[in-house]
Amino acid sequence: MTTIDRPEYKVIGTRPVRPDGVEKVTGRAQYGADIHLPGLIHGRILRSPHAHAKILSIDTSEAAKVQGVFAILTNKDFPGASDKVEELGESAVNLKDALDNILASDKVLYRGHAVAAVAAINGHVAEEALSKIKVEYELLPPVLDVRDAMREDAPLLNESRHTKTLMTGELSEKPSNIATYNNLKAGDLEAAFAAADAVVEREFTTKMVHQGYIEPHNSTGNWNSDGTITIWTSTQGTFAVRNLTAEVLKQPISKVKVIPMEIGGGFGGKLPIYLDPVAALLSKKSGRPVKVTMNRTDVFEGSGPTSGSYMKLKAAMKDKRLTAVEATLCFEAGAFPGSPVGAASMTMLSPYKVENFDIKAYDVVVNKPKVAAYRAPGAPIGAFAIESVIDELCKNQGIDPLQFRLDNASHEGTKMVTGVPFPKIGAEESVRAAMDSPHWKSPIEGPFRGRGVATGFWFNGGMQSSVVANVNNDGTVNLVEGSVDIGGTRASLAMQLAETIGIPFDDIRPAVVDTDSIGHNDVTGGSRTTFASGMACFEAGMDIRRQLIARAAKVWGVAIEDVVYEDGKVHSLKDRSKELSFKQMAADSARQGGPIAGKASLMARGAGGAFATHIVDVEVDPDTGKVTILRYTATQDVGTAIHPSYVEGQIQGGVVQGIGWALNEEYFYDESGRMANSSYLDYRMPTALDVPMIDTIIVEVPNPGHPYGVRGVGEVPIVPPLAAIANAIADATGHRFADLPISPRRVVEALNGLE
Amino acid sequence: MARTHVSTRLNGVDTDFLCEDRQSLLEVLRDEIGLTGAKEGCNNGNCGACAVHLDGRVVNSCCVLAVETAGREIATIEGLADGENLHILQNCFLEEAALQCGICTPGFIMASKALLDSEPNPDEHRIRFWLSGNLCRCTGYDKIVRAVQRAATELQEAK
Amino acid sequence: MEAFTYLAPKSLGEALSALGNGKKSLLLAGGTDVIVQLREGRRQCDQLIDLKHVPELMSFKIAGDGSLEIGAAAPLAELYEDPEVRKRFPAVVDAATIIGGIAIQSRASLGGNLCNASPAADSSPALMALGARLVITGPAGNREIAVEDFFAGPGRNTLQAGEILLQVQIPAAVPNSGAFYHRFIPRNEMDIAVASSGVSLVLDSAGVIQSARVALGAVAATPLMVPAAAAALVGKQAGPEAFAAAGEAASAAATPIDDMRGGVAQRRHLAKILTVRALEAAHQRIRESR
Repeated sequence: MTTIDRPEYKVIGTRPVRPDGVEKVTGRAQYGADIHLPGLIHGRILRSPHAHAKILSIDTSEAAKVQGVFAILTNKDFPGASDKVEELGESAVNLKDALDNILASDKVLYRGHAVAAVAAINGHVAEEALSKIKVEYELLPPVLDVRDAMREDAPLLNESRHTKTLMTGELSEKPSNIATYNNLKAGDLEAAFAAADAVVEREFTTKMVHQGYIEPHNSTGNWNSDGTITIWTSTQGTFAVRNLTAEVLKQPISKVKVIPMEIGGGFGGKLPIYLDPVAALLSKKSGRPVKVTMNRTDVFEGSGPTSGSYMKLKAAMKDKRLTAVEATLCFEAGAFPGSPVGAASMTMLSPYKVENFDIKAYDVVVNKPKVAAYRAPGAPIGAFAIESVIDELCKNQGIDPLQFRLDNASHEGTKMVTGVPFPKIGAEESVRAAMDSPHWKSPIEGPFRGRGVATGFWFNGGMQSSVVANVNNDGTVNLVEGSVDIGGTRASLAMQLAETIGIPFDDIRPAVVDTDSIGHNDVTGGSRTTFASGMACFEAGMDIRRQLIARAAKVWGVAIEDVVYEDGKVHSLKDRSKELSFKQMAADSARQGGPIAGKASLMARGAGGAFATHIVDVEVDPDTGKVTILRYTATQDVGTAIHPSYVEGQIQGGVVQGIGWALNEEYFYDESGRMANSSYLDYRMPTALDVPMIDTIIVEVPNPGHPYGVRGVGEVPIVPPLAAIANAIADATGHRFADLPISPRRVVEALNGLE
Repeated sequence: MARTHVSTRLNGVDTDFLCEDRQSLLEVLRDEIGLTGAKEGCNNGNCGACAVHLDGRVVNSCCVLAVETAGREIATIEGLADGENLHILQNCFLEEAALQCGICTPGFIMASKALLDSEPNPDEHRIRFWLSGNLCRCTGYDKIVRAVQRAATELQEAK
Repeated sequence: MEAFTYLAPKSLGEALSALGNGKKSLLLAGGTDVIVQLREGRRQCDQLIDLKHVPELMSFKIAGDGSLEIGAAAPLAELYEDPEVRKRFPAVVDAATIIGGIAIQSRASLGGNLCNASPAADSSPALMALGARLVITGPAGNREIAVEDFFAGPGRNTLQAGEILLQVQIPAAVPNSGAFYHRFIPRNEMDIAVASSGVSLVLDSAGVIQSARVALGAVAATPLMVPAAAAALVGKQAGPEAFAAAGEAASAAATPIDDMRGGVAQRRHLAKILTVRALEAAHQRIRESR
């Protein structure tokens, strides 16, 4: 671990067993689909078999006759949503689009688009009823590729959508599938290209890919007899579910309570709502609690993967400096606007000081599922292109690719493409750690073996968090939080509270509670939870410390300024013999002023961006096209590693998702817009046998915007792998692959000149 | 729908249940018996989240009909710990931080148990091969493999 | 999933009479294909007949003449864990250990893999290369066919109404022979073959190929015997030249489709590569057995 200016901590940096661990290894933890309620019935969704069609009619009469069916729902049963944008934290959503995506109104815009819902005595009966719903469609030509969708004569998904130019707010005259256009530029591109030592220009494509969380979406709704609504669901954001469900159902937010169940992975894909209002309304109609679940095919076809893309890049180098970048980024948004092209355009150049750039970004609708966030949304796609081009420039010029990244690295004060200067960052440190790694210092030898590197950046988020810390009279603390724990944040938050009040980790019992029981918390996403909710834990701990200081001052009859809190104790500065431990004060709380509770509700600012540098060795079998990952090392500036094991785990998980994206994962469509590989059999996520151990090197450049120096950790690890692997394959084969995935088929065709 | 009476032995206890013939073992464990440790990830045998043991062998309970289990021994994640004493594998998964979201964990532990029952000292490649029918999307497998390696060592030492 | 009735006959006679009762039936062995197909609506039945309680379908043995007789519903794991099977029939083990994951192999059977009749099934080319025969039983008694004659198209086999696949018979390996099954998949496990090749070789004492069998998977509507590849081998010295010629013949015989698992040119190319590699590995087995 490389650590810079880190104070001594007692709890932070240790590796305790997570508080929710035992429940999860014994099978007792309750995930969304595990819920059982008295009278529970089961909901299923009918989905469009067509990629693009008008809905002429929906006849549910035969389905209603199936014995055991309690309720049937279509879009017409909803009160109708307004054309309003709701911030989801890492992504925003237009409510009318959201409702149209929950159940289609007049058109289906992708295969898998939800059309109707049934609640029945069990799932088998619900499926039987779905098969009896008659939907009359008028087929329309689908548009599946982003470049096809941008053509003037392309079939339009929405006749009334015009291109919005983000710099000016202007709308195009003609309707278009291009939802938005943005342009970021600075400097003198032409002059920089003219003066360059080397210029590389390339086109890149990437395919739509899925987050791949193992737990399918689920939601259980109960429309209570008092008119309130309870939702039990696996989501990354209970408050987002509450607010959107209330909005879609035209209910006051206070009437909706969302109870977070354990969540089986999300990676951004469980930020949107799909099932919650459906479960609620089915419950209203049937008078029973209704559990609606997706199956795996539903998840692939009907949830929110991330964009496929077309990108064109031109970059110049002079005197070993990156001098100019021109980029056109075209991202598939899926059926409704909202691709992460903006984030891609704003992150791709962040690792570098580059003065001349022109980035054009297009958000384009196509007849595919509406994309959702996926781990550093957009950034891996942009990084794939720029990091490939930089690798090619370095190769052409005979420059060490890590030295180049070090020499060109952004640092404090470097302006991002948005013009905002970076605060203290660890870009250089991350590259240096890679250069110092045993991996980089070891040779790579043998035929068809190669090494690649790439670097990446992600902003990380802050936003709103609330926690309450209730001190019990035995000196233990119940930490009440509202950030869903998707991978160990009960531990990382409790550790920060323990550090702040100077008590053992085991004395803190964290609980993730429902939306009625804690103040607002934004989603678990944007790598914000350990940062922002951690900041709230710190503030709540400080709140407790202040209260204890005030009480001790009163007990001792001294001024508040004369009492300090250290190592879980208060003592008097005037008289060192006067000392009270946290435990003693907790025990005496009833006599010293009543219960002690620390609270914090805050808007966390000061999120620190994260940089990561990856090194990968591959071996390519030229006869089969198979790429084997031989060795992988990932360095990352994490600010401060609260629980290093879970930091490593986030890095390793992100890397392996990146390996899948680079080598095998893709939505494989036929011409009609049917996804041909909507199962785990043919959507090829890496298995344990496909990857080696992933070596991690944690770099700690504390974030000045957080009391413990925390930076977000979870997202940036997926940014470098696509390019690092492509660069390694180029090194191994001499062939540069600019289209993802670099599947065995692509490799064997390219290396053997097959058609 | 007519239901069939099935007698099995579940986690060491004689257990009877009624089920439809079309119901999978996974459905019956979860919906009829109330043991929700086995998870539905794909419902077609490709993710291993529903892994249980049937007569000592690991199977995907989504690909077994509940009626098929008449007279047979079923072991699920819920039966692995001895009261409050966790199995060594469970402890190793905790100590090695081999889970993030945890949804795949019961399946991984049951599959790993079957491996270590039959091969007490597998090498890394063998562990990865054996566990390739279990998908994890959070951890990148590194810490899972280490947990199984550690459990193998500790189980050998405990003998 | 649509409703059906589950039957568990205790004998072959009971199974045959259940199959002949006029209802629409499907047979259940390991269930790792058929249960999923029923769930996804790709197959339907009124009754599902579980064959796992019929003793002769669940056992396997090495007969007096050294041949291996495998009950069609016997689980793969039980088969490949048997030390004698591993020693004498390694090419069967090649295939059986990579059909699905471990949890699939606890239940899945050779008979099920064959009856499912996927052109990409792993057991088919291996068994075809070994010259395996199938014993089929039915109302008219037993009949025997070669494995390669069992397939009628993707997902279709040649079982007639009322018939059950009873047994897979693999002839004893003759001295100086070796067989190997090799497939290509994009991942390292848990995939369907993009292409595959099963081969067997018999050499004379001078290393000249006396007889050979080459079978391909996933490159045609059914698993494919390639007599031209065998012809390119017989009479030649076992080695790179002969193997390359067989590879070319295999590639020429392939008539693959383009789908999400692979392309036409890719599969033709792989037919060659995999055949050569399988021949090299079979040859290696012969050398190791000496």
